[in-house]
Amino acid sequence: MKYNLLKSTMLASAIAVTLPAQAAEVEVLHWWTSGGEAAALNVLKQDLEGQGIGWKDMPVAGGGGTEAMTVLRSRVQAGNAPTAVQMLGFDIQDWAAEGATANLNPLAKKEGWDKVVPAALQRFSKHGGNWVASPVNVHSTNWVWANKKILGELGYDQPPASWGDFIALLDKAKSKGYTALAHGGQAWQDATIFDGVVLSTGGPYFYKKAMVELDSEALGSDTMKTAFDRMRQLRGYVDANFSGRDWNLASAMVIENKAAVQIMGDWAKGEFINAGKKPGEDFMCFRVPGTQGMVTFNSDQFVMFKVGGSSAKSQMAMAKAVMSPKFQSAFNVVKGSVPARTDVPNTDFDACGKKGMKDLAEASASGMLMGSMAHGHAAPAAVKNALYDVVTNHFNSNMSSTDAVSQLVSAIEGAKD
Amino acid sequence: MTDTLQANGVSSARFWRVALYTTLIVFAVFYLLPLYVMLTTSFKSLAEIRQGNMLALPADWTIEPWLQAWGKACVGLTCEGINSYFWNSIKMVVPAVVITTVLGALNGYVLTKWRFTGHKWVFALMLFGCFIPFQIVLIPMSQVLGKLGIAGDTAGLVLVHTAYGIGFSTLFFRNYYEAFPSELVKAAMIDGAGFFGIFWRILLPSSGPIIVVTVIWLFTNIWNDFLFGASFAAGEGAPMTVALNNLVNSSTGVKEYNVHMAAAIIAALPTLLVYIVAGRYFVRGLMAGSVKG
Amino acid sequence: MSNKNRAIGDWLRHHLPRLVLSPSVAMTIFFVYGFILYTAYISMTKSKMLPNLSNFIGLDNYGKLWKTLNWQVALDNLFIFGSLYIIICGLLGLFLAILLDQKIRTEGFLRTTYLYPMALSFIVTGTAWKWFLNPGLGLEKSMHALGWESFKFDWLINPEMAIYTVVIAGVWQTSGFVMAMFLAGLRGIDSEQLKAAQLDGASTLQTYWRIIIPQLHAVFLSAFVVLAHMGIKSYDLVVALTGGGPGRATEMPATFMYSYTFTRNQMGVGAASAIIMLMTIAAIIVPYLYAETREKNND
Repeated sequence: MKYNLLKSTMLASAIAVTLPAQAAEVEVLHWWTSGGEAAALNVLKQDLEGQGIGWKDMPVAGGGGTEAMTVLRSRVQAGNAPTAVQMLGFDIQDWAAEGATANLNPLAKKEGWDKVVPAALQRFSKHGGNWVASPVNVHSTNWVWANKKILGELGYDQPPASWGDFIALLDKAKSKGYTALAHGGQAWQDATIFDGVVLSTGGPYFYKKAMVELDSEALGSDTMKTAFDRMRQLRGYVDANFSGRDWNLASAMVIENKAAVQIMGDWAKGEFINAGKKPGEDFMCFRVPGTQGMVTFNSDQFVMFKVGGSSAKSQMAMAKAVMSPKFQSAFNVVKGSVPARTDVPNTDFDACGKKGMKDLAEASASGMLMGSMAHGHAAPAAVKNALYDVVTNHFNSNMSSTDAVSQLVSAIEGAKD
Repeated sequence: MTDTLQANGVSSARFWRVALYTTLIVFAVFYLLPLYVMLTTSFKSLAEIRQGNMLALPADWTIEPWLQAWGKACVGLTCEGINSYFWNSIKMVVPAVVITTVLGALNGYVLTKWRFTGHKWVFALMLFGCFIPFQIVLIPMSQVLGKLGIAGDTAGLVLVHTAYGIGFSTLFFRNYYEAFPSELVKAAMIDGAGFFGIFWRILLPSSGPIIVVTVIWLFTNIWNDFLFGASFAAGEGAPMTVALNNLVNSSTGVKEYNVHMAAAIIAALPTLLVYIVAGRYFVRGLMAGSVKG
Repeated sequence: MSNKNRAIGDWLRHHLPRLVLSPSVAMTIFFVYGFILYTAYISMTKSKMLPNLSNFIGLDNYGKLWKTLNWQVALDNLFIFGSLYIIICGLLGLFLAILLDQKIRTEGFLRTTYLYPMALSFIVTGTAWKWFLNPGLGLEKSMHALGWESFKFDWLINPEMAIYTVVIAGVWQTSGFVMAMFLAGLRGIDSEQLKAAQLDGASTLQTYWRIIIPQLHAVFLSAFVVLAHMGIKSYDLVVALTGGGPGRATEMPATFMYSYTFTRNQMGVGAASAIIMLMTIAAIIVPYLYAETREKNND
């Protein structure tokens, strides 16, 4: 009796010690730490705080979220997963396969997510038929951001239509003393450009064959060789100090009239807006020449991890808040992306945003919506990184395109299983 | 060299002396340059950094970057500077250093003055632990911390640093006590002094130098650790180095180099102080302990 | 009763030293050796994102590792970096120690100056170094501003040369520590011997070469072991300075292991690379440990 009492007191105190603070709270791991992104996330934070749910921030800096995944792994292994984690593409599926994620089906059913989220996104938000994540947005990665003033100076009031025109533009910018292409030499940024270049060079069917189906023949083809040759061409237009530069600093070069264009996903728009620039007036947005009508996308999603007790309640509240049309609109207006729900009105969006929503709807309808390789929506992490290796090695050395193609084939082959 | 010096008289000796000092100063400049750049940058305004020369002194001194770094800079969504992470590091480093030093001293004492069969093996076993690449323990460690319920917590980091610091502290104390006359210990034993009595009254009072070496070594290693901090603690519990990395990499459009540099110096301040204040004991301690000439 | 107490007391007194030692030994066995075995086992499984203990595949991961281009690059870099780092740190450390040993008036200041980089994390100084070595911001720009237009220093962004910037930064960080070790060794040398040698007419150079340096063999060994182990483990250095780039030009085994284990979801391969790193270190350390314990046997 006495023993039991002692035991249960000990147990109780042990529980009191191990359980985290019991106030309604969500702990969110994300890598949205730069200006436009942080401002966008604040919308969600305030929404939840309005419902009396605290926000415990777990920022992990470094674009593309590589560091974020490391922290997450040790947290999950330690049995101490955060409530929600920002994640991309195949990573979501991998975590769900490990059984680490929560099941959002009851909520999804009640809210009718199946009807409003495009199938291409559901492929990532659901695992084995169960919703595990709330998609926040759809980014497309084949965008070019241009400084309107510089382009005007060079005699362009319309975006270049073909690859040849694009190169001609870059040449003019270079000869005027501008940095033609603002770029940051990090593997994922090199790969982001590569997405657009492959799509522009080979067209959508080639892109699907090579990047999604990982077909060795397509990967080793002459088309792929041309894509690498074009990467080499672009290498000639970046400035000397591009190594290791963060993407937002490259955007800043365009904003500050130092560089003509940047090839980057639509999250770059947030930086322009944050700097007080207006789309159509100060800067232009157009698709990577040769990829009009096509969209390579990635979708930021909040994956909900298994958490116990009262945290689960705040977790559901967060999942719901993320999917509310009001938040989807407010967030994406700030962030530069477009809503993951298709039923959100475009009234609050600017010119680039409206164009993005239209492009997405059209591409989705015509089958031109493809997952971005650089952002983990075409192939799993091991393959993605194997491609990073080759693309970044080629871009940063004088490797021939023939060697690059043969390395690409063997690297992807090795990473497939 | 001395021959020629003596033959050519005083002017040549002076020449050598000048060459010697010049060489030493050139190297001093090499070692100080990064710190100099960090310091001057931290007192410049952003506009001045953008236009000016990296090596120039600030034209307009400003302390604003320091205030920003300490209390206002944004790490993620929270803009409260790095001061709370600074205290995290203190909370981690102080217990870890104290525990590891005490254990190391006792281990060194046992391994030299209370030897048993196989003591060499035990020592070798512990010493090897100093040299393992820490990457190797990351995977299992995160699971163990989870089971113990101290993952993502300062207590977890204290445990990790103690576990991997013991080898070094034991090495330092063992080599130091090795040279300590065993006769004194034996005499005390005959007088009836016990295990702890001998340690407390005879060995500890003369352990000053080696304690300094151990504390310096552990303090700098633990304070500066990034790998364990980044892997086992994120968010509010993160130590200084991790927060600094987040701050430097989470730029709001424009990189605030001056704030970053100020934050970096704040992060370095404790270890710098330890080296400047106790540096001379360090060489003396090394002489007495770990390096046997 | 009192007999029993005394018996316990005796037992305790007899075993107390070992009892005091046992927590440390237990921790070492668990956290060092237990974890090594665990990682070794992981390296023989098909673990991807999280450890997967049931999927045993033998040595396949090792085979895969040796076929990986990045691992080859990492090993080449480790060889370049490791040998240059050890040699330059060792020589520079000895050189500075000898200079400082010439009754220098400002020795305290200079010693601290040489030693302080060791006190700073590379996460801290990496920011300054990156800046300093960046041609558009740092040294090159400063030289151009001073009028030396043709000055060129772009190693940081040149894939062929980037690994040497890692060497420079590594030397900057640790050479002062090596200097302190040598200085300690020099101060420990019997001054009578030196006086005798000088009376015999030996020059300063000869004294150092023939009498002093041979006596420092223990310091050389310690310095080598410390540097080798730091070199193989260098992680912060690469992460803060180059992030493994440009491209993958400065990949090292420590960064390789980290990225394969934690970002590429190939934990088995990552664990295999960790085991190879451990074996490399063991090949250097074990003979040293052997010598260390043997030597102590004599007294």
